[in-house]
Amino acid sequence: MDQSQLIADIEKYLQGEMNLEEKANFENLRQNNPEIDQLFVECTYFLDQLDQFGNQQALKKSIRETVDKLKQQGIIKNSPLSPKSKIIYLWNQYKRTIAVAASIAIIISFLSSSIFSFFTNVKVNNLRPLVEKIREQDVKYKKLETKVNQINTSDNTTPAKSKLESNFRATGFMIDVNNNYLVTNAHVLTEATHHLVVENNKGEQFAAEAIYSDNQNDIAILKIIDQDFKKLAPLPFSIKKSTCELGEPIFTLGFPKQEIVYGEGYISAKNGYQMDSIFYQLSTLANEGNSGSPVINKNGELVGVLSSKEESSEGVVFAIKSYNIFSVVNTLKKLPSFENIKITTNPILRKTDRVTQIKKIQEYVFMIKGN
Amino acid sequence: MSTIEQDKLLLEGLAIQDKASIETIYKSHFPMIQNLIINNKGSMDDASDTFQEAMIVLYQKSLDNEFQLNCLIKTYLYSVCKRIWLKKLQQIQRFGLQADDFEEYVAIEEDVTKHEKQQDRFHIMENALSKIGEPCKSLLEAYYIQKKHMNEIAAEFKYTNADNAKTQKYKCLMRLKKLFFAEYKHEN
Repeated sequence: MDQSQLIADIEKYLQGEMNLEEKANFENLRQNNPEIDQLFVECTYFLDQLDQFGNQQALKKSIRETVDKLKQQGIIKNSPLSPKSKIIYLWNQYKRTIAVAASIAIIISFLSSSIFSFFTNVKVNNLRPLVEKIREQDVKYKKLETKVNQINTSDNTTPAKSKLESNFRATGFMIDVNNNYLVTNAHVLTEATHHLVVENNKGEQFAAEAIYSDNQNDIAILKIIDQDFKKLAPLPFSIKKSTCELGEPIFTLGFPKQEIVYGEGYISAKNGYQMDSIFYQLSTLANEGNSGSPVINKNGELVGVLSSKEESSEGVVFAIKSYNIFSVVNTLKKLPSFENIKITTNPILRKTDRVTQIKKIQEYVFMIKGN
Repeated sequence: MSTIEQDKLLLEGLAIQDKASIETIYKSHFPMIQNLIINNKGSMDDASDTFQEAMIVLYQKSLDNEFQLNCLIKTYLYSVCKRIWLKKLQQIQRFGLQADDFEEYVAIEEDVTKHEKQQDRFHIMENALSKIGEPCKSLLEAYYIQKKHMNEIAAEFKYTNADNAKTQKYKCLMRLKKLFFAEYKHEN
């Protein structure tokens, strides 16, 4: 008997599509022919597996469709922030291997009278991100202070909007005035596990949320979600797509303290720490709290985002090259809920003096706080 | 309606792959799993994958006539996800799961082991399907996965009638069966 005819019969039998006579004949056949009976058992098992497999594939498809729908509705966030970056996982995972490799490297480099410098492997911790972490003591002190204030002002009938107790401070700046999207460093957001606010130079705080974080480029996008926030005019600065020249003078605006601070410097190298081409090396002064500060050239163009400094030497600061912002924006554009992200600029600062530039740009620079 | 009654309805819905039920389960329980995975060195994708696995385990359970959920869906999914993710972490050698153990657990070891064995078989099935070539692959998928009617398939694949399509389907099925058992016996 032809096997595919048999499998057809078996399926018909299992699906209950045989009439009584056919059924009787078929059962008879099975009984008298052990070989066919064996095939029957095998085919039944196989068809059952195939059927279950089919059901599962269908279920997976339904789940996928549900997830897409929920993501589009914003019920599930596209990329919430994981508390630790992938790089750290890899580091943790290969810590031991790297330690062994590094020690061998050190020995070899001593022995071979350091023809090659293997030391770079060891100095992983030489880079310091510029987020200011506010110490626990200070937080406690502030709590006390607010309590005292509350007592002092207890008879006051209009309580001011309560301010967030922050455990870090960094900087960010606006890139999309229509949607109120801000850029900062991805490492900044690892500090914010509960709340996130941005504060302008007038001390007004607005609630914000992290919507995207690209750990590889160390760029994150925030959105101001506070309804009290008034829309700003188009960006007075443009974002430079090409790279800067060595020696080009730059300035930065950031929040290493509770008020905005201006800093000056120049591009001192075209690559960052350990020749990382995402970064520029700047010669300027930067401190904790400067993470996410815009780096601007004399034409009022944004050329970089300040991110870290070398721990051991003063004035060696690293900034992410501005074109990386575009690549993040382009990635975001492909996601369903961010199609309308757009950088609208009205660069009016090209021929103005520095004081005017700063005055204009500082409206677009925000302190980022959270806990 | 109490949560238990609601869960029972959802489970009945899941058994027939009702979209609204799938959505409700996802909406109510995914955030909890997302937290669990992301706080334990996983990514958003890991969370989605793990949750999907757990949904499949629950689905298999829901098909079982004798199955009665003796705990809430929430507890069941949490236990299954925790078990799946723990194993995955061990496989990639990131030890130590720090779950906030405020959630209850139920015994799901047997269900998950059963599920894992089934996944192995399905993996063989998937491999076999990818090996048989066209038009066999599409034809079988249309019937057994998309559950299309034979008439519809005949029209789609341009067979003159459903019987011809059926004959072809059985020939393909024989080949698939052969491939499946060849690997299946090899694996066992």
